[in-house]
Amino acid sequence: MASIQLKHLIKRYGTGAKTVNVLHGIDATIDDGEFVVIVGPSGCGKSTLLRMIAGLEEVSEGDICIGERIVNQLEPAQRDIAMVFQNYALYPHMTVFDNMAYGLKIANVPSAEIQARVAKAAGILELSHLLQRKPRELSGGQRQRVAMGRAIVRQPQVFLFDEPLSNLDAKLRAQTRLEIQKLHRELGITSLFVTHDQVEAMTLAQRMMVMNGGVVEQFGTPEEVYNQPATTFVASFMGAPPMNLLSKVPGVPVGRVLGIRPEHMHVLPESEGSGWLGEVEALEMLGAERLVYVRVGEERLIVRVDESTQPPAIGAHVRVTARDDRLHWFHAETGLRVASGAHE
Amino acid sequence: MIERNRFLDVLSHLVLVLGVAVVAFPVYVTFVASTHTMQEVVQAPMPLWPGAHAWENYTVALFGDPSGSGATPAVGRMMMVSLITALVISFAKISMSLLSAFAIVYFKFPFRMAIFWAIFMTLMLPVEVRIGPTYQVVADLGMLNTYAGLTVPLVASATATFLFRQFFLTIPDELVEAARMDGAGPMRFFKDVLLPLSTSSMAALFVIQFIYGWNQYLWPLLVTTEERMYPVVIGIKRMISGGDAQTEWNIVMATAMLAMIPPALVVILMQKWFVKGLVDTEK
Repeated sequence: MASIQLKHLIKRYGTGAKTVNVLHGIDATIDDGEFVVIVGPSGCGKSTLLRMIAGLEEVSEGDICIGERIVNQLEPAQRDIAMVFQNYALYPHMTVFDNMAYGLKIANVPSAEIQARVAKAAGILELSHLLQRKPRELSGGQRQRVAMGRAIVRQPQVFLFDEPLSNLDAKLRAQTRLEIQKLHRELGITSLFVTHDQVEAMTLAQRMMVMNGGVVEQFGTPEEVYNQPATTFVASFMGAPPMNLLSKVPGVPVGRVLGIRPEHMHVLPESEGSGWLGEVEALEMLGAERLVYVRVGEERLIVRVDESTQPPAIGAHVRVTARDDRLHWFHAETGLRVASGAHE
Repeated sequence: MIERNRFLDVLSHLVLVLGVAVVAFPVYVTFVASTHTMQEVVQAPMPLWPGAHAWENYTVALFGDPSGSGATPAVGRMMMVSLITALVISFAKISMSLLSAFAIVYFKFPFRMAIFWAIFMTLMLPVEVRIGPTYQVVADLGMLNTYAGLTVPLVASATATFLFRQFFLTIPDELVEAARMDGAGPMRFFKDVLLPLSTSSMAALFVIQFIYGWNQYLWPLLVTTEERMYPVVIGIKRMISGGDAQTEWNIVMATAMLAMIPPALVVILMQKWFVKGLVDTEK
């Protein structure tokens, strides 16, 4: 078990005029035994970051420490880590047993111990009856579990997951998510999990690192990230539908952006209350709740209402109010969170 | 496309039967000719039913003329030469191309693409084009009338290298990375992952290269001057004597039949692998 320290990590591709910066100096510490999810839109550098920690990409600048060691120059196999790949990357010609045992065989682990470790991992993952099968004879979920088994048997300091759930169907994904959580509770191994799916990120993470454009926008618990987004990007990226970011409605001073989550607003008939006056543009029924798309002046915003309340008609004029204690203020230019809507 | 029509059924069968006949009939004639005495074969019209002299003809062909006239050399030895040549060419070709494709796909070295294209360009240069210089090299190295001389110049293969390169490119990068995470070095990865995955391509290539090696004519004709190093294909040619001497067509045909057996066996025995190697996409 070990902590991971990233010290001003920079990744660039190419040289001279064609240099492309992918990561712009990442600083972070992942504590021993922690489950951290790296989340962000595609192209934000999250996979590159993970692959650098794994040793599959070279470090351009900065240091990666796993435990007490700086691992920049070490081969992946020497870093004491294990990785689960997006497409599982199982060896197609080997049985499940051989797939899990291959790394141990190379490391010259005695065969009795290999047997024991594989049997134990297979037991945890309910793969014991499949050990003699080939990967092509397994379902997607089973392959996924073999890939995890391969990581477990190595008893690494750190687990790295590269979008391991994106090839599973929705139901299996939810199930595997729970299994990964359970596994982490049982083994307590420091884990880094990359995903672009915010639901996965919210449910799995003890702390999450929200990345955008090669920069860490926020690094905190899911509650912090959701309730106190540090930037407008985080505010709009987390949550579905995303937070409403308003700058042209009454009450928002110049140079500020007001963020309100859809569930913290109410829609009232025009005659009631004193909120913003708007027009209903569309309605979406999501089952337990309903989304009301309202246009207020030049801004469009989304309000989430309970399914049981009577929805307004499309085209109706309504008043929209927000909960005062759930307002988020951002600086219009930097996008950074500020304490209040007042000018300093 | 599925249309049940009696006329079309008959027609398509007719075309197929005709096709088979065109290919099979000469083989049949060869076989028939190899079972008659020389006098019967040269009669016109030639008999179309197998004769009773198969055993004698094949014995003569394989072990030479017992009467000791020496007109017909023993084919047994030639078959051996052909077999060794074909096997060496196929195995050497496959191992060379596997290794060179491995280098080109998985290692970053200077002028990698230039080297690949250089190899690829040689596809356009068949043996016949470079036969003069190659002969000079082989002769200077003292490899005339040796197995090395028969095989080494034919071992490098752009086709096979290209085939393996294309196959290696279809192997997902994640597999390579997984092997790296497992601590497998390059040669370990080659041995444990690439080789087992390439078996069906290797089998397909083996079939093609074995036949290629077996059927070599021009090159052996140049580098062999002694009878003991003649492959069977040349042996057949040499039996057909020009001028006044009589050609023992029955023996020639028996030799031809014998020469056909090994490639046929290779194709039949490896057919399953061969087809799989050429059409298999599930990797």
